[in-house]
Amino acid sequence: MNDTICAISTPLAPGAISIIRMSGSGAISIANKVFVGKDLEKVNDHTINYGHIYDGDELIDEVMVSVMREPNTYTREDVIEINAHGSIASAKRILELLLKNGCRLANPGEFTERAFINGRIDLVEAESVMDIIDSSNEKALSMAVNQLSGSTSNKIKEIRKMISDIETNIEVNIDFPEYDDINVLTNEIIKPKLINISDELHTLLNNSKDSKIIKDGIDTVIIGKPNVGKSSILNKLLEEDKAIVTDIPGTTRDIVEGVIDINGIRLNLIDTAGIRETDDLVESIGVKKSLELINKASLIIFVLNNNTEITDSEYEILSKIKDKNYIIIINKIDLDKNIDDSNLNNVIYMSTVNDIGIDDLKNKIINMYELDKLNTKDFNYLSSARSISLIEKAIDSIDKSIGAIEEGQPIDIVEVDISSASEYLGDILGINYKEDLFEQLFSNFCLGK
Amino acid sequence: MYDVIVIGGGHAGCEACLASARMKHKTLLVTGNIKNIADMPCNPSIGGSAKGIIVREIDALGGEMGKCADKSLIQMKMLNSSKGPAVRSLRAQADKITYPKVMLETLKSTDNLEILEAMVKEIIVEDNIVKGVILEDGRIINSKAVIITTGTYLKSDILVGSTRIRKGPHGEKTSNYLSDNLKELGFTIKRLKTGTPPRIDKSTIDFSKTRIENGDSTSYTFSYENNIYYDVDNQVPCHLIYTTPTTHQIITDNLNKSSMYGGLDDIKGVGPRYCPSIEDKIVRFSDKERHQLFLEPESIYYDDIYLQGFSTSMPIDVQEKMVHSLPGLENAKILKYAYAIEYDAIDSKQLKLSLETKIIDNLFTAGQINGTSGYEEAACQGLIAGINAALKLEGKEPLILKRSEAYIGVLIDDLITKGIMDPYRMLTSRAEYRLLLRNDNADMRLTEYGHDVGLITDDRYNMFILKKDSIKNLINELKTKKITPTELGNNFLSELNTTQIKDSITLYDLLKRPEVKIDSLQNMFGKYSKDVLEQVEISVKYEGYINKALKEAEKFNELDSKKIPSDIDYSKIKNLASEARQKLENVRPTSIGQASRISGVNPVDISLIIVYIKKEYFYDRK
Repeated sequence: MNDTICAISTPLAPGAISIIRMSGSGAISIANKVFVGKDLEKVNDHTINYGHIYDGDELIDEVMVSVMREPNTYTREDVIEINAHGSIASAKRILELLLKNGCRLANPGEFTERAFINGRIDLVEAESVMDIIDSSNEKALSMAVNQLSGSTSNKIKEIRKMISDIETNIEVNIDFPEYDDINVLTNEIIKPKLINISDELHTLLNNSKDSKIIKDGIDTVIIGKPNVGKSSILNKLLEEDKAIVTDIPGTTRDIVEGVIDINGIRLNLIDTAGIRETDDLVESIGVKKSLELINKASLIIFVLNNNTEITDSEYEILSKIKDKNYIIIINKIDLDKNIDDSNLNNVIYMSTVNDIGIDDLKNKIINMYELDKLNTKDFNYLSSARSISLIEKAIDSIDKSIGAIEEGQPIDIVEVDISSASEYLGDILGINYKEDLFEQLFSNFCLGK
Repeated sequence: MYDVIVIGGGHAGCEACLASARMKHKTLLVTGNIKNIADMPCNPSIGGSAKGIIVREIDALGGEMGKCADKSLIQMKMLNSSKGPAVRSLRAQADKITYPKVMLETLKSTDNLEILEAMVKEIIVEDNIVKGVILEDGRIINSKAVIITTGTYLKSDILVGSTRIRKGPHGEKTSNYLSDNLKELGFTIKRLKTGTPPRIDKSTIDFSKTRIENGDSTSYTFSYENNIYYDVDNQVPCHLIYTTPTTHQIITDNLNKSSMYGGLDDIKGVGPRYCPSIEDKIVRFSDKERHQLFLEPESIYYDDIYLQGFSTSMPIDVQEKMVHSLPGLENAKILKYAYAIEYDAIDSKQLKLSLETKIIDNLFTAGQINGTSGYEEAACQGLIAGINAALKLEGKEPLILKRSEAYIGVLIDDLITKGIMDPYRMLTSRAEYRLLLRNDNADMRLTEYGHDVGLITDDRYNMFILKKDSIKNLINELKTKKITPTELGNNFLSELNTTQIKDSITLYDLLKRPEVKIDSLQNMFGKYSKDVLEQVEISVKYEGYINKALKEAEKFNELDSKKIPSDIDYSKIKNLASEARQKLENVRPTSIGQASRISGVNPVDISLIIVYIKKEYFYDRK
């Protein structure tokens, strides 16, 4: 496990500095083999050293090398970070050179896995590291950093303590029944405590769900008949926010093709290619395809033409989106009104030609998700789906125990679910042992940190 | 030449020698004093929370303690009856004359069992296999297996105030050589301590100043043979009193005279957290105004009253003052003074789950020598050691009970896996699946094992099969018989104070309602015994919870079924925390589940072990 791993830990984007990170007992000596400058094995701990990377006689790049000796490093092993100033190509050359000299290419998330295994961070912290890597906007980054300080762990520990306090008192009552001067917990006494715990967990859960919006953005689809103006709306949105439409392949959001930032929150636009290339969603690909997209998205922007009447297939779409978050755009208001909009809700009137309605659309989204109210500074939140589902299970268990009290079950039975809740919270903190938990967690990490 | 020698005739020793003799192995019990066989040197009670369930388990496996307690009890209670089905537990006041007498008669009438009054000096070991014992008088007795159940008798010191006397309980002679011998053989010897309260002359107590504590009006038995020997209407009561501010003052003023608080400066023994002395209670819980004390009768044949909750190592003059500060005991006469006792024990992590020692084959240890406290904890280990010594001689696999199967399994796994710091007492909270480990179903859990090893007779086994059948029949009746939404049906439901129905409901579903008791449905199905009714009621009412526990236990047992190769070299697993490495080396767990229960071994260490095993033992062999 203690072999030396390396990876390029910055995005492969042109123009930026690339950082190649190494961790393991051989990190310093391997780096020293390819570095020309000071002797890295002799420099002071936690220093940055100027020099050059050579492959034999060939100069690869001008670099700054950070030398960090264990244990005060991210992984608690010797860590080297090479800041390369040149092209992506030279960063890749450096990586290859290190591999040639005895490093192994890091697995996804392996740096963090080592940090975890070496006791540097707990599970909650490990997950939030993943958020930093993932977070593509500022708000998410500030939340992720906040969490790293352990405030979420502390909140969960605090709630878990409340639960275990009840548990231990019940245990004492059971194991020492003859002592009538110990406070005997009855269903009546613990019920309000459990309700309080349930509330605390709900708050944590709601924060977590809000934070999911901040972190992951809102998956959004724009649908509508051909020539209704979908691509113009899309272009207007993209233009306004100077956002780049990029391909993000290989993730679960592989259908996301455009990202727009509204108030610091991402809208992930789904199937923009469909809009651009075919522009005929409703008619030629059909209602079926639209419905598929509706199911995938959490926000549906449905574009209608002010100039024409609503068709049967459009009515069908309308009936399908009524239970979801949707916004109807009635476009082309610069033309004559032939549409009957009397029964429509959540309507924005727009004319992309005359630049009318784009701001209305953005404000509508902000209002809809209360984005202006999201207070990211003092959030206690859990980022991963695993943690959120564990909190949900803990809430479910506490609610079951409250239910058992209401049914008049004896305290030992009531305690069964109280203990489960405590275990679920322990799982979030990595206190209990579940065999494949770690494998699962770390395979979700992207390469680098 | 004996098959098995058992050293020590306490509760562990009695069960051990009975088990091995009943399994048809020629057995010798060596004891320091025959009169003290199955002696109860501390409290006059058997059972208690969780402990009572252990006694039921001992009985289901074919041990003796339950039957012996049934024959000698003078008061019986079901504890926690309102707190839930899983935590109900029996507690008896056992007569200190009758219990040992009944046990001795049983031993004497058991085939293949001989008793010898002597002290053992050494264990004979050749090639790491036990060969017998050497007595203090030099005699050599050979055997194929040895079980050490010496209780608190290894180098025991009686501590009272500033005096330390090398003696066993009641001033009996102690074993001066055996623990040195064990040390030479490679065992880690630790020092533990426990204490016992003063005994008071009953005729000098003013009971009008106490609160009476009676036994239950329903009769119970520990044994599944269900023979009731006591008169339910004429049980001997206990009495409750509380310490007074004067008591606390006397103790505070004289604290430095207590052996444990400066009276003696060479105390090494660690006392039980769960059974503190009265001075501990007053120091540690100084905000508590009073402490409960129970006056428990030791026997109907003599006058000693056991002052439960008042164990101390104060000098006798202070004890006098302390006792006289208690309500009703102003003029009490102390018959025996309280004392603390320090004794040698071995490190239980040096044992296998079978209770055989890891370093010497065919040598077993059980009871207080393994660091436990309590008669029940001792007896169940004695039984398992006796069974496993016999099975070993027969070349069979040992009987190892799972944590989800018996408190006995929990206890032994805790001893072997976690080890102990202070004397170990069983608590219901030590069990993960206590809803499965109930007072009512110990027979269902363990009778098969008892029968398999030959300790449960065929007659008794047939009774068990009949009980199983009638449980099945009753459940069947409950599932098929229905109450219909007629006026008659709904009137019946109102009488039971439960909601009326619109559709028919089976008795089974009706019984699931917390307010409906099985007793109130009795004339709707055939005749069944009390314990069949109880067990069916619990299993129907709490079916959901029980199934949940079963599922969790299954997952848990899966981890226990992942074996760790016995030749694993922990020094080769990189990145193991050094504390974990040391503890794993110390315990050498046999399964991943057991490893994960070692304190100081973290989840990360476990995943490293799993990865290592996968790599070393599976991939490399391809």
